[in-house]
Amino acid sequence: MNNAGRTGIPLQVWAGVALVAIALGVLPFVAALAGQAWVRILNFAMVYTMLALGLNIVVGFAGLLDLGYIAFYAVGAYTYALLASPQFGIHLPFWVILPIGAGIACLFGVLLGAPTLKLRGDYLAIVTLGFGEIIRIFLNNLNAPINFTNGPQGINLIDPFRIGGFSFASTESFLGITFTGPQKYYYMLLLLTIAVIVVNLRLQNSRLGRAWEAIREDEVAAKAMGINTRNVKLLAFAMGASFGGIAGAVFSATQQFISPESFGLFESIIVLAMVVLGGMGNIPGVILGAILLTLLPEVLRYTMEPLQMGLFGRVLIDAETIRLLVFGVALVAIMLFRPAGLWPSAVRKRELEVRKAAA
Amino acid sequence: MSERTLLSAEDIGKRFGGVQALADVSFSIRHGEIYGLIGPNGAGKTSLFNVLTGIYEPDGGSFTFDGAPLNRLKPNEVAERGIARTFQNIRLFQNLSALENVMIGRHVRTRAGVFGAIFRDRATLAEEAAIASRAYQLLDYVGVATRANDLAKHLAYGDQRRLEIARALATDPKLLALDEPAAGMNATETRGLKGLLEDIRRDGTTILLIEHDMKLVMSVCDRVLVLDYGRKIAEGSAADVQNDPKVIAAYLGGEVTLHVKDVR
Repeated sequence: MNNAGRTGIPLQVWAGVALVAIALGVLPFVAALAGQAWVRILNFAMVYTMLALGLNIVVGFAGLLDLGYIAFYAVGAYTYALLASPQFGIHLPFWVILPIGAGIACLFGVLLGAPTLKLRGDYLAIVTLGFGEIIRIFLNNLNAPINFTNGPQGINLIDPFRIGGFSFASTESFLGITFTGPQKYYYMLLLLTIAVIVVNLRLQNSRLGRAWEAIREDEVAAKAMGINTRNVKLLAFAMGASFGGIAGAVFSATQQFISPESFGLFESIIVLAMVVLGGMGNIPGVILGAILLTLLPEVLRYTMEPLQMGLFGRVLIDAETIRLLVFGVALVAIMLFRPAGLWPSAVRKRELEVRKAAA
Repeated sequence: MSERTLLSAEDIGKRFGGVQALADVSFSIRHGEIYGLIGPNGAGKTSLFNVLTGIYEPDGGSFTFDGAPLNRLKPNEVAERGIARTFQNIRLFQNLSALENVMIGRHVRTRAGVFGAIFRDRATLAEEAAIASRAYQLLDYVGVATRANDLAKHLAYGDQRRLEIARALATDPKLLALDEPAAGMNATETRGLKGLLEDIRRDGTTILLIEHDMKLVMSVCDRVLVLDYGRKIAEGSAADVQNDPKVIAAYLGGEVTLHVKDVR
């Protein structure tokens, strides 16, 4: 697709890309004007983008409803935590753990996928829901008889990302510009997120991506067309889980503390909501969904009180209470007015060059 | 047309609860012919298709396809062996474009995996280009090339039937099994379909055709198998079958003879 048109990319596109790159480059400094908390929120938006894109492979592409997706996030997070913390005294560098975390999460993806191959829709949803809870409860209880996970107390003092002597957690200055920890993480997350987006786009426009979509549309027809639905579905679970694992490892490193509490059913539902509200199966839509659903509750947290002061002259409802109410109403409204999501997928037009090649 | 056998069925049986959908059905299809499968509603035609393509498992009997047994294979393995099918109630990938539908048909003849998809090496790019150009070719072949980028569900009914044939052809089948391709088509569309079937046969693909449109069956099929209540009641050339009293009786007297007049 983009290969066919590589020679003919117009100047405007390059200019657009350059503008977006500059905007993304200065964003953490703009956000920092409102406080470092906002840089952390941006980082979270990117972690959730990776998570939502992973879930999108399973739910959006292959059409397999997965309510336990957060389990893979947990597996990635705990893999990082156990291999880079005083818990076992192991301190591997992040670039070693990242593939291990993705690999283990991938293994868990297959573990969940294999017994559920014949299930669809509601039944699959219930089994995956159970799987998610099992993982969380395991993490909660694996502190006895041998202490693996530290149980509900969670794991503390997890190593931050570090390259040589360069730590991502501390504040440093380069070329007269001061970078705080969250700002350094921002750039690393940005690179990682871009990589995840590129991989997702390429997967979607591939032989495998089409096979996933075929299974979503009609599994019987997909089989009759020669698609090995068992392998292709397992692959969807495995790929989705790997991205969850990567996001989990990154979460672990940026937070430096994790506990089973972060991996509850509510998290699974929020990530699913990002996929569904953004536009199932459409990568830009899912990214939009992830960013909006991360930012909206935070924006509401800071705007609800001033808004009430302006409107009524006093605070009628506590900001913490009303922000969740408004958030819920917003979700319902989106689903009512945009049932296919904010940015549903359009038919992907093929380049004319391909048609010419066929003629 | 050669005399070599492409597919032979021996005593195929299939029972659903108390209903004997298929009982000891035997037949053989030769390379390069158009083989008709007819019979009243509920005669077991689609059941035979489903058993042949691995969607159902037969209770008894066996198929031999292209010189090797075809038993207990999954539908995708049957497709890989070279049997492609369409469905009575069209089963396209509705929310994908016509082109993508046909590209998916190429899945079984292509190889690219996860690493190819992510890294887009030279071989994968070449394969993708070949998939797309073959898909365009096939869309053109069945006559829906102008709708390549439209969603399958937005195509006219007759075009959907043609698209399903293109998707099946994309798997490079030796045997193309069509389940009522003319259903819902008007006379002009059916004439066009007849031309397409003859083109497909001429280009070397054998066809197994379930069809209710007797005019089409009688004009295009070399040989015809007639099923009634799951049993084979007649097999032979179109002309022989249409004069068989058992066949006429099965169709409750007359319907077949009536259509025969149209043909002549």
